[in-house]
Amino acid sequence: MKYEMICSGFGGQGALTVGKFLALAGMNEGKHVSWLPSYGPEMRGGTANVSTVISDRPVASPLVTTPDILVALNQPSLDKFGPDVREGGLIIANSDLCPGGFEREGVDIVFLPMNTIAKECGSIKVTNMVSIGALLSRSDVVKIESVKNALQELLAEKKPALLEANFKAIDEGLARGKA
Amino acid sequence: MQVIATRPKSLTDVGFTYCPGCLHGVAHRLIAEAMDELGMRNQTMGIAPVGCSVFAYKFFNCDMAEAAHGRAPAVATGMKRARPDMHVFTYQGDGDLAAIGTAEIVHAANRGEHFSVFFVNNAIYGMTGGQMAPTTLPAMKTSTSPYGRDVDDIGYPIAVCEMLNSLKAPYFIERVSLLSPQDILKARKAVMKAMRYNKEERGFTFVELISTCPTNWGLDPLKSCEWARENMLPYFPIGNFRDKGAEGGDK
Amino acid sequence: MKVLMKGNEAVAEAAIRAGCRHYFAYPITPQSELIEYMAKMMPKVGGTFVQAESEIAAINMVYGAAGCGKRAMTSSSSPGISLKQEGISYCSGAELPCVVVNVQRGGPGLGDIQPAQGDYFQATKGGGHGDYRIIVLAPASVQEFADMAAQAFDLADKYRNPVMILSDGMLGQMMEPVEFAEPATEDDLERLDKQHWDWCMHPNQDEPNHHHHEINSLEIDPVVLEQHVIALGKKFDRMEAAEKSWEEYNLAPDNEILCVAFGTASRIVKSAIDDLKEEGVNIGLIRPINVWPYPSEAIAAALTDKTKLVYTFELSLGQMVEDVRLAVNGKAPVEFYGKVGGIVFTPEEVKDKLKLALKV
Ligand SMILES: Cc1ncc(C[n+]2csc(CCOP(=O)(O)OP(=O)(O)O)c2C)c(N)n1
Repeated sequence: MKYEMICSGFGGQGALTVGKFLALAGMNEGKHVSWLPSYGPEMRGGTANVSTVISDRPVASPLVTTPDILVALNQPSLDKFGPDVREGGLIIANSDLCPGGFEREGVDIVFLPMNTIAKECGSIKVTNMVSIGALLSRSDVVKIESVKNALQELLAEKKPALLEANFKAIDEGLARGKA
Repeated sequence: MQVIATRPKSLTDVGFTYCPGCLHGVAHRLIAEAMDELGMRNQTMGIAPVGCSVFAYKFFNCDMAEAAHGRAPAVATGMKRARPDMHVFTYQGDGDLAAIGTAEIVHAANRGEHFSVFFVNNAIYGMTGGQMAPTTLPAMKTSTSPYGRDVDDIGYPIAVCEMLNSLKAPYFIERVSLLSPQDILKARKAVMKAMRYNKEERGFTFVELISTCPTNWGLDPLKSCEWARENMLPYFPIGNFRDKGAEGGDK
Repeated sequence: MKVLMKGNEAVAEAAIRAGCRHYFAYPITPQSELIEYMAKMMPKVGGTFVQAESEIAAINMVYGAAGCGKRAMTSSSSPGISLKQEGISYCSGAELPCVVVNVQRGGPGLGDIQPAQGDYFQATKGGGHGDYRIIVLAPASVQEFADMAAQAFDLADKYRNPVMILSDGMLGQMMEPVEFAEPATEDDLERLDKQHWDWCMHPNQDEPNHHHHEINSLEIDPVVLEQHVIALGKKFDRMEAAEKSWEEYNLAPDNEILCVAFGTASRIVKSAIDDLKEEGVNIGLIRPINVWPYPSEAIAAALTDKTKLVYTFELSLGQMVEDVRLAVNGKAPVEFYGKVGGIVFTPEEVKDKLKLALKV
């Protein structure tokens, strides 16, 4: 199996981190992964996005143009990449920042108020983790435990206080995504 | 309708690309106002550096050239020598002017080239994401001085006005700050003077503008100004170093 | 153990593990993570990191450290690499081993900061002055980028000549799993330190063991310089004979098209080849791993009487095409497709080009 994903949002929303944790989880499951961010001045305040590929075989092109999965944390990301999602693909979108919505036949679209959910979980900073939960409620690209383990590894030392909020956000995304 | 403020004619209507709270825009405006007031716009050519103000060639509404990193004073020399009837200014950051372009600025100043240099000192490389600059303060942390600038290893910040003031040829050298409205009014006077001398073909004029970088310092714009006032101004004191046109001439 | 890392950081870590303790550079996008990593790590291993005042200064600091027999490295991106050309020529002339990493971006001039391969001519044909050659390694993954650090130092030491790693913004910025070699031990460092003592500058002794070593590329007497350059030429011939390296991908006797691509471009081409294979079309690829010396024979050997076309894909206006033409030597037409300005072609675009050529 090969999953090609784009995660996108305003700089600072943590879209790149979504891709990073999925890639880390995939790597720890023994899969081939690549993580290719957009870079440069546009990232300051503009949209930041990352191509992530998780595959059973070596990743040829790390550049994703027709994603199987799109995580859109804001409207510009949804508008920019939504039309490119593969038929039968999945879109996870943050309804709090996508007032314009998005309509497309043939793809699974999940809207969740991620900012709101994140605040309920204890910190606006975990908005991106809600999206990971939601994504994993609809796709088995990686296992939820792998993501949590990766988080644990990274945060346990540096920011243990944030760990709980992160886990909560993932669980909440998972539960609401299924609904 | 009453017009209270307008954009100087010497700025184009292209929107600035600077981060919120950045002072490059203020510096641009001061230079543009001077060009307007002195009626120099049609006889002036400017040079943009490589740094956050790399797009200055889009913003100043006169003929503009974009130079390689640090080479603006050399490009300016070529331009001024090719069109002596026109006025030339460069606009440069601290990495551009005081690191890679040190040779060019020193020798342009030493030749007493007839152009103005506006040097924006924010103690960091903004464009490339917050690396150490030649003007980074002792112990200041940046992405390439992660343990703080160690002056025993990498030297002290270069005080450019003081350095250029050791040369005989420059006509006017002044350091100003952009950290408060009062300071900006004073800066305006210095910029105006440099450009007037430029117009009058007096010689090499140099204005250093102490500025900030909220994005890479990780401070909000107001705190950045406070930080700069407390930390930069003691090291880079504002004041005039040389004014050959003033009463008393050389200082 | 695998770690997920950016190419820029991985090559820095790998260089340190390979015994590099002297690194000099100047910030530039999209290479800055490399210098930032070195700034952070060099003090921890007792190494030297200096942020130079310019790329010209940085390569000359390398000249000095390499002249002392140390494993020295510098890195930059295209505009900065242009500034290093003078120093690279001097290093080659003075026969100094050193490693230069280029994380290419769009050019010419200031260009932009996105991935490109427009420095191919500069890297492979000698961007500086005089008769010199350098081995140029072109990675296509973060792992390979990292592995090439040690390889580059070994080659530099072997031939006493600069070696370049020619990557690009995509490989520098991308994270992939990477596994590192064991770090050099104190013994290794000691051995590395001594390996060049017969010619490098190092602590002296009194007579009779007093040495006088000169690090120099000047020879004012043309008769002597001629001999020096001829000797260099022989060394370059040895490099050319021994250091060709390439990857063969999906080569089969029934390939009607043979693709040639290196680095980032080759990965995109591989995706297109994989897709076409699923559609029942077999297309082969030769990926030069070292772009100088160039794997001409490998390309020639991959041609069969079925080969209708050799297709070169690059992120430039086609700088490698002439090397491919020389290798193909008229046996098949050579076609080119490229993107410039920091734009990377997509697998779909490559696929379309290949399909068009095959008329399927
Ligand atoms: C030859 C070369 N080296 C490096 C760079 C990368 N670069 C672009 S801007 C910059 C530093 C700019 O800093 P500064 O002059 O302080 O201006 P600021 O961005 O802070 O306004 C560097 C190193 C380049 N473009 N060209």
